[in-house]
Amino acid sequence: MTYQGTAPASAAEEMLPEAKPGPARRLVDAIRYGNSVVLTLLAMLCALLVGAIMIVIADPPTRSAMGYFFSSPWDTFTRGWHAISAGYVALFEGSVFNPDSLYSNGHTPIFGPISNTLLNAAPLILGGLAVGVAFRAGLFNIGVQGQLIMGAICAGYVGFAFRLPPLLHLLAALLAGVIGGAVWGGIAGWLKARTGAHEVISTIMMNYLALGLLNYLLGISGFQAPGSNQAISRSVHGTARLPHLLGPNLSLHLGIVIALLAALGCWWLLTRSTLGFSLRAVGANPSAARTAGMKIERSYVVVMLISGGLAGLVGCSQILGTNHALTGDIDAGFGFDAITVALLGQASPRGTIFAGLLFGAFRAGGVVMVANTGIPADVVLVIEAVIVLFLAAPALIRAIFRLRESRGGGVGVGQLAKGWNA
Amino acid sequence: MKLELRAITKRFGSFTANDAVDLVVEPGEIHGLLGENGAGKTTLMNVLYGLYQPDEGEILIDDVPVTFKGPGHAMSAGIGMVHQHFMLIPVFTVTENVMLGHEQTTPGGFLNRRRAGREVAAISKRYGLEVPPDALVADLPVGVQQRVEILKALSRDARLLVLDEPTAVLTPQETDELITVMRALRDGGTSIVFISHKLREVREVADKITVLRRGAVVGTAEPGASQSELASMMVGRPVQLTVDKEPAQPADVVLQVDGVSVVDPNGVVLVDNVSFAVRGGEIYALAGVQGNGQTELTEALVGLTTPTRGTIAITGRNIGKLSTDEILDIGVGYVPEDRLHDGLVGQFSVAENLVLDHFDRPPYGSRGSLNLRAIADNAAVRVQEFDVRPANGLAGASTLSGGNQQKVVLAREMSRPLKLLIVAQPTRGLDVGSMEFVHRRIVAERDRGTAIVLISTELDEVLGLADRIAVMYRGRIQGEVPVGTPAAQIGMLMAGSTSAEAAAGTTSLSKGAVAAPGAAGVL
Ligand SMILES: Nc1ncnc2c1ncn2[C@@H]1O[C@H](COP(=O)(O)OP(=O)(O)OP(=O)(O)O)[C@@H](O)[C@H]1O
Ligand SMILES: [Mg+2]
Repeated sequence: MTYQGTAPASAAEEMLPEAKPGPARRLVDAIRYGNSVVLTLLAMLCALLVGAIMIVIADPPTRSAMGYFFSSPWDTFTRGWHAISAGYVALFEGSVFNPDSLYSNGHTPIFGPISNTLLNAAPLILGGLAVGVAFRAGLFNIGVQGQLIMGAICAGYVGFAFRLPPLLHLLAALLAGVIGGAVWGGIAGWLKARTGAHEVISTIMMNYLALGLLNYLLGISGFQAPGSNQAISRSVHGTARLPHLLGPNLSLHLGIVIALLAALGCWWLLTRSTLGFSLRAVGANPSAARTAGMKIERSYVVVMLISGGLAGLVGCSQILGTNHALTGDIDAGFGFDAITVALLGQASPRGTIFAGLLFGAFRAGGVVMVANTGIPADVVLVIEAVIVLFLAAPALIRAIFRLRESRGGGVGVGQLAKGWNA
Repeated sequence: MKLELRAITKRFGSFTANDAVDLVVEPGEIHGLLGENGAGKTTLMNVLYGLYQPDEGEILIDDVPVTFKGPGHAMSAGIGMVHQHFMLIPVFTVTENVMLGHEQTTPGGFLNRRRAGREVAAISKRYGLEVPPDALVADLPVGVQQRVEILKALSRDARLLVLDEPTAVLTPQETDELITVMRALRDGGTSIVFISHKLREVREVADKITVLRRGAVVGTAEPGASQSELASMMVGRPVQLTVDKEPAQPADVVLQVDGVSVVDPNGVVLVDNVSFAVRGGEIYALAGVQGNGQTELTEALVGLTTPTRGTIAITGRNIGKLSTDEILDIGVGYVPEDRLHDGLVGQFSVAENLVLDHFDRPPYGSRGSLNLRAIADNAAVRVQEFDVRPANGLAGASTLSGGNQQKVVLAREMSRPLKLLIVAQPTRGLDVGSMEFVHRRIVAERDRGTAIVLISTELDEVLGLADRIAVMYRGRIQGEVPVGTPAAQIGMLMAGSTSAEAAAGTTSLSKGAVAAPGAAGVL
């Protein structure tokens, strides 16, 4: 047979290296077209503005000033401003740094706010990773709550029912927690693989099962704290507790390190491992993945084991680090905040770390804000919700700030927000 | 309607997809738009339809400048578009799909299906576009789905209709019918922009032809221009339109199919007792109208479907118990017919797609981790070799033009040592230059001793490539014919005649060839 040259001749022209834009150009472009970081920052700005309106409305002095707004409008503005700044200052002081602490003794007060932020960030990051990893494989894991409860039960049980040497005890408890969560998540994955049961339904149902089991266990001897008639378990032995990081007076424990390591692990899994490659392929296009010889059903089970295991670590952080005893509200709402964190973090490990830190700061600062200013805690929830709402609808932010339509595809948070059927 | 595009420029980042394109479509004209894969045809039409805003240039309708903020806007100005990839809702009926977006309601606020049904019937009658109004779209053959798309546009009083590669998925009969419809529309005063890679059709139906290359207009042509003139204008070099090949040198049997049947869960027989053998070094073509069991048969060959009966052996090994992964591992390459659905992961980069079915084997993956370097290097080589544009392994697969997506799938499957290559509709949506290239690669693969199964609805392709031709009809192999059999005779087999009847030239016109009313004309 005859060949006319090798590949079609024009290939060479196309190979000309494309001019790389300089850093300044890239920054301008990022702002003009609104890349995801810019969008996130703008969404936060919008959320703080909405929060400010809430604070003003909820503030009694401002409200009474509004009553005579037309005779003395200035009052409304000064009082409103006062309320807003007091609120946000308290939020900042409770989560990052309080200047007053410089004048007190020792390092404890200085690091207090950061310690609280990181303490809350650990379970948020772990939970966000659990949701994010599952999402990348096409599954919407609503069951972090149940999986973390199972993790906490297993870790807690190993922690208080056995006596082991220090390090070994902690490792055994952690392992038990991971397995507990993984099994609980894996069941949902297995149900989907075997019967096609939608994971959203099955994981929600398994949340109820886990809660029911927890409440039952808290009432039986062997679990319940001896001599107590409260729904609280025995305490985890010291040998199984996560060590404190900033001395005994600050509550920050090793959980945050585990969370960061887990994020690193997830990053490796998703971008550098063959397993992650197939999980992502199944998540993005199951038919093509199957045609390429990947086993979709196995992938569902595997990813739910991983996701559940990460959720189990949330339970570990709670029971071995923060609380030391099981109670009915051991999950502390982290199961559902995990979904929000994953959404904000765009299901990427790096994004999840930032989102977890941000929401951890909101949790830590919110407590102080409520205590210092009397602003209702709901304001913090509103701010969190508004951030996510704006990010789920990037078109809205673009419209508000008149950004140009983005040029490439790119995974946006919108994708995760739309991901119910994915 | 007269349409004029003046100096339209559309950029994606630093890439210029349309570069100062001028185009004039006169009222009642069928305007053929030709161009290589990635030349910017679809992009230009998306600009016209309001899906993209042009960076420069203007659109004039009946000599009045307009700007379209979105498709709704373009539709109300009388522009209708049938996309390269259909935009129908499969679980809706034909009528529901047509009324979607401009639903009419009864006074109580309920959908007025009756009235919509009447309108659908009226329009379909006027233009001879026969559709079953109450059938679910998912149950219809592609040719009929396409008619639904056209109806949808016409029901909104489109006076300019854009058909983006409407014939890529049609059977010859369906194509003929479409051409009749287009002529009827034109005679009724509708202007049509017709995009196709099949030069014969364009020459047959267009009144005027514009050729795009790399985003710019390189010239216009009259339909009288020869196919090779048009082809070289598109590609910028002479193109060989027929396949050059030596006679096959068949070796040992590689694929042995014995009495294979596939029955779907509802008991419908999709593949009916099919037997054949393919030797190394030959191209065995399965011709046939879409939907006569070819898809299911190929899926059985690679383990995506389990046959209800019969055995399949590849290089003497029964694959009954093997997974798809294991079958591919024997040295089987598989190019599925629906690249977007089964061939590619749109969100993945080109580089990732190029290793989609061997990412976990060295050098791309070992001991659980990916070798990104090897994956990128592989992409650089393949992209060059198959002339994928843009030549960038990091580009997202979903941003490639249709033809370039197909090249990515082909590049992946043909880039490892094979014993058996199964290609379904390998050149669907490819421009003539790429088609020439793909055909050569298939022949070269054959000459290397690989057994090749070619599934195609394109008779030209089958006749040009095959060493042996079998025709599938309603799940059965209707007959095997030697190369050199006249196209008309194969066409009759495809429509359900037996070999003897076809050879005798008697037409036994069977309505069942296409599972839709009014679609059974034979060639
Ligand atoms: N959204 C997008 N982002 C980036 N590049 C794009 C986008 N859409 C199209 N392109 C690029 O623009 C070029 C023109 O694409 P277009 O789809 O218009 O080609 P085409 O002429 O229709 O080709 P085909 O015949 O293969 O369908 C291609 O190189 C494609 O990669
Ligand atoms: Mg196109």
